Amino acid sequence: MGGIWVVGEVDASGALTKLSAEAATAARALGEAGHLDVTGLIVAAEPDRAAASLATFLPVVLAVRAPEAMDCPAAAVVAARVAALAGAAEQPPAWFVLGASPDGRDLAGVLSALLEIGVLVGATGLAWGDAADGVPAGPRVEMQPFGGRLLTTSGFTGDRGIILLRPNMVAAEPLAAPGRVEERSVEAVTDPPAVRVVERVAAEAAGPSIEEARVIVSGGRGVGGPEGFAGLRELAGLLGGAVGATRAAVDAGWIDYATQIGQTGKTVKPAIYLAFGVSGAIQHKVGMQTAETIVAVNRDPDAPIGEFADLFLIADLATVVPALIAALRARTG
Amino acid sequence: MRIVVLLKPVPDPGEERLGADGRLDRSVSPVINGNDEYVLEAALKLVEAGGGEITLLSMAPAGVTDPIRKALAMGATRAVLVSDPALAGACTWTTVQVLAAALRTLEFDLVVAGIDTSDGGGGVVAAGIATLLELPYLSNARRIEPFEGGVRVERLSPAGHDLLEASLPAIVSGTQLLGEPRYPSLRGIMGARSKEIAVRTLADIGLADRPVGGAHATTAMLDARPPASRGSTRVVRDLEPAAAAAAIVDFLVERRAL
Ligand SMILES: Cc1cc2nc3c(=O)[nH]c(=O)nc-3n(C[C@H](O)[C@H](O)[C@H](O)COP(=O)(O)OP(=O)(O)OC[C@H]3O[C@@H](n4cnc5c(N)ncnc54)[C@H](O)[C@@H]3O)c2cc1C
Ligand SMILES: Nc1ncnc2c1ncn2[C@@H]1O[C@H](COP(=O)(O)O)[C@@H](O)[C@H]1O
Repeated sequence: MGGIWVVGEVDASGALTKLSAEAATAARALGEAGHLDVTGLIVAAEPDRAAASLATFLPVVLAVRAPEAMDCPAAAVVAARVAALAGAAEQPPAWFVLGASPDGRDLAGVLSALLEIGVLVGATGLAWGDAADGVPAGPRVEMQPFGGRLLTTSGFTGDRGIILLRPNMVAAEPLAAPGRVEERSVEAVTDPPAVRVVERVAAEAAGPSIEEARVIVSGGRGVGGPEGFAGLRELAGLLGGAVGATRAAVDAGWIDYATQIGQTGKTVKPAIYLAFGVSGAIQHKVGMQTAETIVAVNRDPDAPIGEFADLFLIADLATVVPALIAALRARTG
Repeated sequence: MRIVVLLKPVPDPGEERLGADGRLDRSVSPVINGNDEYVLEAALKLVEAGGGEITLLSMAPAGVTDPIRKALAMGATRAVLVSDPALAGACTWTTVQVLAAALRTLEFDLVVAGIDTSDGGGGVVAAGIATLLELPYLSNARRIEPFEGGVRVERLSPAGHDLLEASLPAIVSGTQLLGEPRYPSLRGIMGARSKEIAVRTLADIGLADRPVGGAHATTAMLDARPPASRGSTRVVRDLEPAAAAAAIVDFLVERRAL
């Protein structure tokens, strides 16, 4: 039977993403349980640095130089090389474990069509399962659909498939001794995509990613304006977390869309979710209700968030935020 | 521009439930998938500015047409609904093949899709379709504009955004940043009644003998259960700011978060 392939993602600086390290760690555990080899792949214009990082998590990493990745969106370029490698491999891959980042999703879509295989999206956990219910032995993928109102376990009906792992579901753990990197060169199975990257624009200081944060300090319309988010940023700094927001705050232009949590924003699962001036509308709730601990500060005793928060403080955030900053400062000395 | 909007009817978020067959019950309060409404709005603006027409393309059970009517009332020209009993329980790979086959029967310059769906989709369908149809794929758009006979897209990136260009025909997936969708006008609602929703079966789009649909699903749900309950809410009120802050700190300490 074929093994497990982890396709690592390379960020703008050439480094391996944190989510890729998590995917590698999850795939390694899956490989041990299913007695399968796990191989890493890096396809990039300059793959060396990311390949070396991925090899700290996996025994073998294939590094493929793809100069066209400079001028095209990554997914189609990467998928075309990965499909070529899969076609040429002595032991073709059975399972792919990818990170569910925007590029990872694009990659999964392209790979799925090139290899004609299924995809399970939004994995929150991975295990190996024996044949059961007409489904052969293979990965069992835990998901939390319906905004976390349901827990499901799914599998593949055939002997191949792609799994997209959500950020922050496993802690990345390096191998005791790093694996080896092998350079490969392979022709892409398709022409480079007819999409040109004309310019890459960096926004002014993007904050830490909310999907990876252990603590999220989130603000809604009740925060009152962009100044209000300055206080939340300070709180997030003291708690080692990131700032999140509702769509109302984003629509008002107080904060960037990248921080929006909910149905048409990001889905997060932090240890602590502190919500200030957030009503808890269903479209927000579906993005955060699986947080381990939810603390809400709202002056309306009937705000829906009071129905699912663990601690619900009925108070004016304008006075609570400064007091909380002072209390946390006093603790850290 | 002739634009096709890939529009998925989904259960209203928060109302989703499994039917007796263990599959998502698609008849429960169907609405337009949130992200698809944003790209529909972007398509309407492109056509208003530069002329053209909008065809909606959906794969959904035959009875689930309210969201399609709403999109027609917002201003789309016509709709194609691929509906076939064999599609119940379809997986992502089937959805990709079906929508790609249906697109082969349509004439278009641009296809727009939502960045993902609220009923469990993972934002992979549009990339798959682009691959099967060998079309340029521009994802995560926050802005879509015509450009010298092609299309130019600002794509959200982890660092900011990338400016992408491609010739037409092309496929673009878009986000909420494209702008707030309009409400259908009364005139739009009246007009939508006479607009066509052409229903197509798998045979109609040339997939009768292909291994697609529920019987050929590549994935299977083996178990579904409710998550552990959150426990009861501790409510705190009428505290001075310092005491309120202390209550939060104590709670975080109790939860071993500090
Ligand atoms: C298709 C679609 C997709 C959507 N996607 C998302 C999404 O991804 N994410 C999202 O968040 N929303 C989304 N929404 C919007 C959602 O329906 C709500 O409108 C939004 O979440 C409300 O944001 P809010 O809680 O900040 O604002 P509000 O609902 O206005 O709540 C503000 C809260 O602040 C409290 N407050 C005010 N002042 C104070 C104060 N001084 N001290 C303490 N409390 C105070 C108020 O009591 C109130 O509860 C979507 C909607 C649609 C239709
Ligand atoms: N059944 C469907 N009918 C029409 N469009 C769909 C369907 N499924 C997915 N799409 C389109 O593909 C996008 C991404 O879907 P998904 O990959 O399922 O998250 C959606 O926002 C739609 O635009």
